[in-house]
Amino acid sequence: MSSTVKVVIPTPLRQYVANRDVVELRADSVGAAIGSLVREFAELRRHLYADDGRLRNFVNIYVNEEDIRYLQKESTPLRDGDTVSIVPSIAGGGMSMVEMLAAKRKDVLAPHEIKRYSRHLILPEVGMQGQLALKQSSALIVGAGGLGNPLAQYLAAAGVGRLGVVDFDVVDLTNLQRQVLYSTKDVGRPKLQALKERLEAINPNVEVKTYETRLTSENALGILTEYDVVIDGTDNFPTRYLVNDACVLLGKPNVYGSIFRFEGQASVFWSAKGPCYRCLYAEPPPPGLVPSCAEGGVLGVLPGIVGSIQAVEALKVLLGKGDLLVGRLLVFDALRMKFRELRLRKNPDCPVCGPNATIKELIDYEAFCGLRDPSEQVGEEFQITVDELREKVADDHGVVLLDVREPMEWEIAHLDRAILMPVAQVPARVNELSTADDIVVYCKTGVRSARITNFLRELGFRKVKNLVGGIDAWAETVDPDMPRY
Amino acid sequence: MTIVLRTEHVRAIEAHARKTYPEECCGLLLGRSAGSKRVDEPRPATNVAETNRERRYVIDPRAIFSVDHELRGTGREILGFYHSHPDHPAQPSAFDEAQATWPGYSYVILSIVDGNPAGLRSWVLEKEGGRFRPETLSTAEV
Repeated sequence: MSSTVKVVIPTPLRQYVANRDVVELRADSVGAAIGSLVREFAELRRHLYADDGRLRNFVNIYVNEEDIRYLQKESTPLRDGDTVSIVPSIAGGGMSMVEMLAAKRKDVLAPHEIKRYSRHLILPEVGMQGQLALKQSSALIVGAGGLGNPLAQYLAAAGVGRLGVVDFDVVDLTNLQRQVLYSTKDVGRPKLQALKERLEAINPNVEVKTYETRLTSENALGILTEYDVVIDGTDNFPTRYLVNDACVLLGKPNVYGSIFRFEGQASVFWSAKGPCYRCLYAEPPPPGLVPSCAEGGVLGVLPGIVGSIQAVEALKVLLGKGDLLVGRLLVFDALRMKFRELRLRKNPDCPVCGPNATIKELIDYEAFCGLRDPSEQVGEEFQITVDELREKVADDHGVVLLDVREPMEWEIAHLDRAILMPVAQVPARVNELSTADDIVVYCKTGVRSARITNFLRELGFRKVKNLVGGIDAWAETVDPDMPRY
Repeated sequence: MTIVLRTEHVRAIEAHARKTYPEECCGLLLGRSAGSKRVDEPRPATNVAETNRERRYVIDPRAIFSVDHELRGTGREILGFYHSHPDHPAQPSAFDEAQATWPGYSYVILSIVDGNPAGLRSWVLEKEGGRFRPETLSTAEV
């Protein structure tokens, strides 16, 4: 029942339709005609349709002599012999960026947005102008974990126009104690998928862009450059240095936060106005010295507080209001319920933001943080698998099991007849061990114990082995009744 | 690609810009494209921007539609568009860049300062990235 119609192609689009100025096709409506056109000439699609699947607003469509906006839009019916014309909109002018933003803003805050943000709008420090500034602005959140959750939640609710989030993890049961945007049914789902849903439910006016990838030296500048402010919600040193250096190179403010056990820190590193993270810590601590949250634990509420402080600072950056945490390190102790403030100074010898900076591009941050340190790797002959250990324990009661985890971890679960000797105590208590014994060192996953295995070998222990996969692997394959954490 | 305008076309665009100053003028550039774009007629259009015509222009799509209709099958085509920047340089503004979306067309900008023409340049959009780059504009006597 379709009609045969002609579609007239404007000059700039002819290159995508084999240089024809008219394409004849069969369709019964304008929408169907354009749809069939872009199916046949795929390159045309992005010129006619926006990402949301709607016709671009600078594309006008006419049927014969009439603009379809005054007919039935894309459902306008077509009859045999009709001519559909694609007509470009041409507009522009000498407006400056400020004038352009003003013009855009004019009709941008819809009545429902005015109502939504009314508690902001009546603040003199925000007002219509500030709220429009937020709508025009963008923020990148690196990490969708404990800090990223409250950050994303509050920035979306506050009406920051475009939010980017970088993460590559899936929701784990151990996350739910502090990552409050995820629910039990989200376990196993990619974090960004669950997060995007939540943020769009909180505020559909916000554009949420997700980057399901690890932030690397290769992709960092390209991602960060798209945003007005960068917020560091990471939990590891390589990414923290990477975010810092990329922000310095791009001149972007970096809203920093970190958490451990009951203590949190926050600051704003902005090399144009103050110190950067490297001015504070020129080099990362040796691997293993500073335990991660997985190793050391963290109070579930703590990231809620630190992430909220970061959200406040990010909004202040975007609004250009208030005194930022530039040059100040805020330290929060939840056990004592105290905030302290440390003054930070710009290091004149800073290798990335100082006047004689030596770092002009992103480097290999894994190597910089010593994570490719060979001392982490244990030779094949000094490894033992959980299955081998099970046989060894069954045959031979002489094996010494050395548990190098923390006492709290020991309380959750440990191997029978093991000795508890936390990593930090090993050097002082090494005389409790005999080089004549068969020793198997274990921790939760095999990383800390690998370091201790190598340490003992250097002291002359020859019969020491590292348990691959740690007690976690033991619980998984040997003893399913053992709790995992 | 190069765009070629005859001296008389440049004069006509300048006259149009003087007439509408301090508002922006705009129009279409018609001609043939073969190796270079040879303009044979600048066709003035009405600036139908509803507000702030000193700083912005909109060409009525109906005007473009009817010219396109008129030229169909003649070998002549719309090569691009011109507009004036009153008291601004002949460079695309951020607003031009945000609004212009058609790679392939020439965007000729005439700067007019205190009512006097002060520079004429042509720009084309890159196919990827939506940025303007300058296009060679030459004027021919005939």
